Amino acid sequence: MRGATHAKRAACTAAVALAAAACGGGGGGSGSAAVLSSSWGDPQNPLEPANTNEVQGGKVLDMIFRGLKKYDPDTGEAQDMLAQKIETSDSQNFTITVKDGWTFSNGEKVTAQSFVDAWNYGASLRNNQRNAYFFGYIDGYDKVHPADGSKQSADTLSGLKVTGPLTFTVKLNQKFSSFPETLGYAAFAPLPRAFFDDHDAWLKKPVGNGPYMVDNYTRGSQMSLRKWEEYPGADKARNGGVDLKVYTDSNTAYTDLLAGNLDLADDVPAAQLKNVRSDLGDRYINTPAGIIQTLAFPYYDQNWSKEGSEKVRKGLSMAIDREQITNTIFQKTRTPATDWTSPVLGEDGGFKEGLCGESCEYRPDEAKKLIQEGGGLPGGQVKITYNADSGSHKQWVDAVCNSINNALGNDRACVGNPVGTFADFRNQITGRKMSGPFRAGWQMDYPLIQNFLQPLYYTNASSNDGKWSDKEFDDLVDQANAETDTAKAVRTFQQAEEVVRDDMAAIPLWYQNGSAGYSDRLSDVKLNPFSVPVYNEIKVG
Amino acid sequence: MPEQPPYEPERAIAGTGTGGQMDLAASEATTLEGTPDGPGGSGPGGSSDLGGRPRSLWSDAWHDLRRNPVFIISGLVILFLVVISVWPSLIAPGNPLHCELSKAQEGSQPGHPFGYDGQGCDVYTRTVYGARTSVLVGVLATLGVAVLGSVLGGLAGFFGGVGDSILSRITDVFFAIPVVLGGLVLLSVITSNTVWPVIGFIVLLGWPQISRIARGSVITAKQNDYVQAARALGASNSRLLLRHIAPNAVAPVIVVATIALGTYIALEATLSYLGVGLKPPSVSWGIDISAASPYVRNAPHALLWPSGALAVTVLAFIMLGDAVRDALDPKLR
Amino acid sequence: MGRYVVRRLLQMIPVFIGATLLIFLMVNVMGDPIAGLCGERECDPATAAQLRKEFGLDKPVWQQYLTYMGNVFTGDFGTAFNGQPVTELMGTAFPVTIRLTIVAIVAEIVIGITLGVVTGLRRGRPVDTTVLVLTLVVISVPTFVTGLLLQLLLGVKWEWIRPSVSPEAPFDELIVPGLVLASVSLAYVTRLTRTSIAENRRSDYVRTAIAKGLPRRRVITRHLLRNSLIPVVTFIGTDIGALMGGAIVTERIFNIHGVGYQLYQGILRQNTQTVVGFVTVLVLVFLAANLLVDLLYAVLDPRIRYA
Repeated sequence: MRGATHAKRAACTAAVALAAAACGGGGGGSGSAAVLSSSWGDPQNPLEPANTNEVQGGKVLDMIFRGLKKYDPDTGEAQDMLAQKIETSDSQNFTITVKDGWTFSNGEKVTAQSFVDAWNYGASLRNNQRNAYFFGYIDGYDKVHPADGSKQSADTLSGLKVTGPLTFTVKLNQKFSSFPETLGYAAFAPLPRAFFDDHDAWLKKPVGNGPYMVDNYTRGSQMSLRKWEEYPGADKARNGGVDLKVYTDSNTAYTDLLAGNLDLADDVPAAQLKNVRSDLGDRYINTPAGIIQTLAFPYYDQNWSKEGSEKVRKGLSMAIDREQITNTIFQKTRTPATDWTSPVLGEDGGFKEGLCGESCEYRPDEAKKLIQEGGGLPGGQVKITYNADSGSHKQWVDAVCNSINNALGNDRACVGNPVGTFADFRNQITGRKMSGPFRAGWQMDYPLIQNFLQPLYYTNASSNDGKWSDKEFDDLVDQANAETDTAKAVRTFQQAEEVVRDDMAAIPLWYQNGSAGYSDRLSDVKLNPFSVPVYNEIKVG
Repeated sequence: MPEQPPYEPERAIAGTGTGGQMDLAASEATTLEGTPDGPGGSGPGGSSDLGGRPRSLWSDAWHDLRRNPVFIISGLVILFLVVISVWPSLIAPGNPLHCELSKAQEGSQPGHPFGYDGQGCDVYTRTVYGARTSVLVGVLATLGVAVLGSVLGGLAGFFGGVGDSILSRITDVFFAIPVVLGGLVLLSVITSNTVWPVIGFIVLLGWPQISRIARGSVITAKQNDYVQAARALGASNSRLLLRHIAPNAVAPVIVVATIALGTYIALEATLSYLGVGLKPPSVSWGIDISAASPYVRNAPHALLWPSGALAVTVLAFIMLGDAVRDALDPKLR
Repeated sequence: MGRYVVRRLLQMIPVFIGATLLIFLMVNVMGDPIAGLCGERECDPATAAQLRKEFGLDKPVWQQYLTYMGNVFTGDFGTAFNGQPVTELMGTAFPVTIRLTIVAIVAEIVIGITLGVVTGLRRGRPVDTTVLVLTLVVISVPTFVTGLLLQLLLGVKWEWIRPSVSPEAPFDELIVPGLVLASVSLAYVTRLTRTSIAENRRSDYVRTAIAKGLPRRRVITRHLLRNSLIPVVTFIGTDIGALMGGAIVTERIFNIHGVGYQLYQGILRQNTQTVVGFVTVLVLVFLAANLLVDLLYAVLDPRIRYA
């Protein structure tokens, strides 16, 4: 094994002189049988569909599962995948027909039961699934997942009924017209019997119905996925497989890419962005993803809920030179935000460029004036709280503060306030201990404007970290959810977004892009709107 | 020993400068010949049977130091550091907190000799202003660690027995505490944004190492013939420790302490990086070094200057430590 | 001697209990880890409560500690938040880290002591000054930068090494990371050796040895070096902790999934079971290392005896 690596390295070194390619890590060969290697991080939670809430686990689920819907890698539009049809007359009762001919990679047929079992598993409190709340719209959720933590009084969702081998019905507990569009999310994937019969074995080697199957999984170091030759879908893998290699640091993955030991690094470290063109030439992609960064405010604090405080927030927003920060700190891998959604939604999906208006433009003089009108900064200083343990938050928070300080002509108007761990940061948020603006990031679960507004600004919503609350906003969201006409629903959501704007409930900072670099063995590399590489379309050699 | 720790250069100098209690004993210089000096003859401030001007080891050391160019140069460098720590504006007219992102990573230009860092702050101004925090943390943490560590370690090594066992096992436990965990637990509860909690933390986690070193040195030194002889002649424990053992055991402590000074300055930055050390808008070399590190490919100058300042500081203290150690070693005379 | 060793081994018991209790409490003081498990949103209270129950976090701390210790004695170190048993994590992390530490310590001994002897015998000469300058560079440039530049230079530009270490982490891939890890300690070892050598080379026994006409080489290795090694050995003993548990930066840069990395992750995620498990093993390593150091004192200096 060692000898082989050595020999290969020597051969590769020689090949460099000849400007030959094909010296990536992982398997050799080329064409549709060749395997590519890609950087990965160890998933934080067990790899179950309803238990994965971060992008690294999401990558795997994206390869080994196909749900009722799939989001188009380019447009983000939800398209039927396993769904033959999803019918409703009242936006509350849905009849779902599953396509015939689909199987799991172990040969088991995908039926309506596969979905219903999976959803019941995901919703049930006793299974500890982190994403259980996704099933919260389905009737009977309060029985299988009592909010107060009391004993659950049912094992299955009463809203789910299997009506035939390939059909089942879903009853929601409220009207939700875009429910079918949410079904592309990984939590709604079907599960084979093997998942329930021998759970431990399944976790060691997950089995799904996607274009890849897990060949080998060594916790903490590597997962080898191979093309599933009998995959019935249209989006078959165009390569022989993917070796996901766990890296301790994105910078190491990048260096390995440069050295030819890795084919695809999908998280180019901020410090290397300036070199990426000279290092990789055009083997670098930078595409919009459904992620927006904002600054949230603690509305449980008197200072931020009082009359006139919206002027201070608008002033702060106008004191931030987004253009300069995204250019310099992020090397254009982020785009200054002008609304509260994301460009990946598209105009039709509800993205509206410039909705924020001049409040999101850099106007230092007006900023100063507005803050004075609003009664000045509470305590004379704002502290932007962030968690120091991940990402490059310190850099942009310092840059935002410098921008605010320069605009206000005061060195200490704004300072960063790092918190040691993410858990501590979250505890301070949920414990309502914040006293000033704090970092808030939102990565969409599914490409709908609803997902950018309701979880973040609806009264007591799960990610409404600032506890902002507005009756008008809530009413508009309810109205939009009940609306059956998509265009009308989107327009109503945008009206709700204007309420957010008028109160500057959160300061939008920038839309985040996904970025990736790849070796010269690869072609057709792209990232989907969730900033996950579209592995099945990558060609090797 | 606790009153006059020899590895505390400034204090040792001050002490002898006033000609105070240091001029006590007859010189251990005689150990050069391997003939231990009996404690009996020399009383406090005392006369000696060696004749001529009686000088203790410590005053001998001071006599040597004053003539040692290495000592003079390092002393001047340290003096300079102290001056700019107190009055940074003497040589840096700018404002270390004023940063313009549009100038980020730009190189040297008129009025800004060291260029700009990643946030567009002036590297020269920040390097000058960073001295205060970094020198304070480095020097005070090192002093604290050295005093606490060598007192405890020295006593444990000298007396041995149960006390030694207990102390050694306590240090074992301390070694086991990961710095990151200690920092996140102990420092996150502190809200004051001054250097004191950071210094306290470094002393708390740093003393076991010096204690081990001092203990090992004392265990060796107490085996020396002259110590055994002095003991046989009835010298008290404190006298043995202070006059005979300490000067011979201090060298490794000085060496470790002077190098540790540099690592403590860097440790301050690690703590800041973890979000538990000094918080913005503090300025320190460590913070600037760790901020510039990832960008070393694009803007090496932003790393070079604060690192250079750190190197010069460590150099000055290493030289000082060398000079003091040489002065204390009669064999080199 | 035998009794001394037995006594020292017995002392490990209270240290073991003390250290685990201390670390257990420290991780607990950090607060509730569950909030960090649900991403950028509030865990729904029912799931949070259920998770707390699963990890035993709903019980009082003393009870958690007793349960934990009870399990430890049956060989069960609990599970990490990702569902992996801690023993499995330790089983993959410790062998790698032990190899890395061996490389680092061998480097400290061979390079550090050699440089120390050379500079100690040639104080003030160019070689002494050169080593001093290198020492300063090592202290003032973070290992992050040294590691990064070496990786780019050796791994990408000259292609001498693999920039990242493979999961098997054989010795030859660990040489460069080991040197980077050892760099700061090298500075300590070199200067400690240098000082001791310089101090001892004028001592009587060395003069006697030279007067006896012994060859220079023999005087240096047999007499001078042996008597100068006690501070160096002590330092290396104390350094094992920093090398094994604190190699966070080195392990991250070179993609080594070792103890430092796992411990760091465990601490950031406030995973008591992982942190206490790893630290417990580390404490045992320190105890063994320090016992070894104390025994080495007697070997290096026959006047020191243990009863």
